[in-house]
Amino acid sequence: MSQFNRRKFLGKTAALLTAMVAAGFMSTSAMAIEATTTGQAVTDSTVTVGILHSLTGTMAISETGAQEAEKLAIKQINESGGILGRQIKIIQEDGASDWPTFAEKSRKLLVQDKVAAVFGCWTSASRKAVLPVFEQENGLLYYPTFYEGLEQSHNVFYTGQEATQQILAGLDWVAKEKGAKTFYLIGSDYIWPRTSMKIARKHIENVLGGKVVGEDYKPLGDTQFGSTINKIRLKKPDVIYAAVVGGSNVAWFKQLKAAGITSDKQTLLTISVTEDEVLGIGGENLEGFYSIMKYFESLDNPNNAKFVKEFKAMWGDDSVMGDVTQAAYLGPWLWKAAVEKAGTFDVDKVVAESEKGEIALDTAPEGYVKLHPNHHLWSKARVGQWNKDGQATVVYESDLIEPNPFPKGYQ
Amino acid sequence: MGEYSIQELTSIFAMQGFAGLSLFSVLLLMALGLAIIFGQMGVINMAHGEFMAVGAYTTYLMSVISETYFPWFTQYYFLFAIMASFFIAGILGYLTEFILIRHLYKRPLDTLLATWGLSLIMQQTFRSLFGAREVSPTLPDWLMGSYQPTDSIYIPINGMFVLGLTAVVTIGVYILMYRSNWGLAVRATTQNRIMSGAVGINTKKIDRLTFALGCGIAGIAGAAFTTIASTGPTSGSLYIVDTFMVVVFGGAASLFGTIASAFTIAQAQSILEFFISGSMAKVLTLLTLVIILMMRPEGLFSIKVRK
Repeated sequence: MSQFNRRKFLGKTAALLTAMVAAGFMSTSAMAIEATTTGQAVTDSTVTVGILHSLTGTMAISETGAQEAEKLAIKQINESGGILGRQIKIIQEDGASDWPTFAEKSRKLLVQDKVAAVFGCWTSASRKAVLPVFEQENGLLYYPTFYEGLEQSHNVFYTGQEATQQILAGLDWVAKEKGAKTFYLIGSDYIWPRTSMKIARKHIENVLGGKVVGEDYKPLGDTQFGSTINKIRLKKPDVIYAAVVGGSNVAWFKQLKAAGITSDKQTLLTISVTEDEVLGIGGENLEGFYSIMKYFESLDNPNNAKFVKEFKAMWGDDSVMGDVTQAAYLGPWLWKAAVEKAGTFDVDKVVAESEKGEIALDTAPEGYVKLHPNHHLWSKARVGQWNKDGQATVVYESDLIEPNPFPKGYQ
Repeated sequence: MGEYSIQELTSIFAMQGFAGLSLFSVLLLMALGLAIIFGQMGVINMAHGEFMAVGAYTTYLMSVISETYFPWFTQYYFLFAIMASFFIAGILGYLTEFILIRHLYKRPLDTLLATWGLSLIMQQTFRSLFGAREVSPTLPDWLMGSYQPTDSIYIPINGMFVLGLTAVVTIGVYILMYRSNWGLAVRATTQNRIMSGAVGINTKKIDRLTFALGCGIAGIAGAAFTTIASTGPTSGSLYIVDTFMVVVFGGAASLFGTIASAFTIAQAQSILEFFISGSMAKVLTLLTLVIILMMRPEGLFSIKVRK
């Protein structure tokens, strides 16, 4: 114990001395020295970051793509000269699909490894688990998943869409384009689908003047949709609005098809299917149905062509890129932009710089994105129609939508 | 309900009936293997779901192999995949009993821990071998789509297939357990191990084969479920709770109990689901089960034994 304290004391003294030296000699190398005073794992030639995703357990299916994208971004940044002249080193930890493990590993990354930033988490549950750690240790987290909103932390940047960015534009589109009046809402039973459906219902009833004819939640992992499909048949909704996740998704779409509910007779809009999910579901079971996301692999722009090419070069030709994969790819680039503007890796300064609302990327595969002072991204919503080959054709693209994690009138 | 025609209501009623039957067959198929292992041997096999996953992955492998090397075979491979799943899961079960379970018969609670550990090992093995993403075998065309007796009734063919398969397996298990000498030996061992040994039954061999049979049937279930859902490393763990629920509710040592219990749970669940949301239906079903088990801890059916 005493040794530990002494080591800590020495460390602090050293940091203090460095700071004094830095203050005393505001020379040309001031910036390089200042970066080391933040107590982070930054040397003159390297900076260490953490990647925290589930490599094992249920969520490994989804999180694999995200961590691959983050590694690609970091590799590209290193090849283009790094950040503030430093190469990025990665320490990767496995959250193991277990929320306490996420918290423990994030503490390890921040306290022991002193990483300058962490890219990670996928589910809201894992984000909620690490949030107190990041706030207490004043760390920096870039979180890639589209999620339910209702959160904004000093220490987190959300590179996916909050609920309104994903939901409202999609509902507007389906109401206008398909003349939809009646909606059947179905989702898996946890916070994200429930919050999303709450927002969707308010929008349908109050803004679109439509009607929700049924709202149904199935336990996670459930594979029997027979009764639900019969209920849908009885209610005859114009649109099925779905947020079914994980393994249930496959059963849901296969059974819909077997029950004769196909895209030529029924409009279905889902907020939970990306290219990753289609791999398991099979394009033939989804053909003609719609997803609302901000990114599809098939997006036709030079940034995306480059991203898809380099992703496949690094991770194999048969890999696919879903919405979250792309959002995860933005994390390291947004961090780089903010650090370079701040001229330091210091978390508070990086956050302050980001909150000016001037951090933007022209090179994002989804197109131009800009960081809002509320820590979320301005982004477009896109409706994609699925083809047999597992890729989507984009049929609608909105303007840039302002993120609004605490939507008034929708809670 | 004035806006619906009689015909529409009839067809929805018919399809709803089938949804219940379909859930019943799924629950029964899952529970049969466990009913044998838990019922006859008293071993709480937490890795039961993983043996199902073994069957599912076997089917997937056969699908990939037949697609790559024997394209003419893709319409038929599925039937062979079911048999292969039975044997592969059965052989793994046989080895598991030999290496792990037989040392723990005197410590039933430890089998729970050991098989749970085994389930984690198997999950990670699946993940290393097949990757973390979920996979689906390419199903032959005759298993897809639905049968339409009238314009508005759709009966999914994969549901009928699972129903038929469950019937075949159940009858097979019945004949094996209650109409064969081997089954007699198994039941004798369950009732009185020492006495069975004394009259010349090789109880160790019986144990090993019983466990292998239970795992093999789990393998069949896994193969059948690839027609309904996809397979991932942790798919097995999704089924384990439902499986135990059916077996415990039915009464551990009774085949008829398992059938009755699967039927009751499936009908309750699917009828409730039609009127309230899916997760509330599950809550109500489980709550009812808990209350019934509180009043009747031995389950629906049980063998009368002298205490």
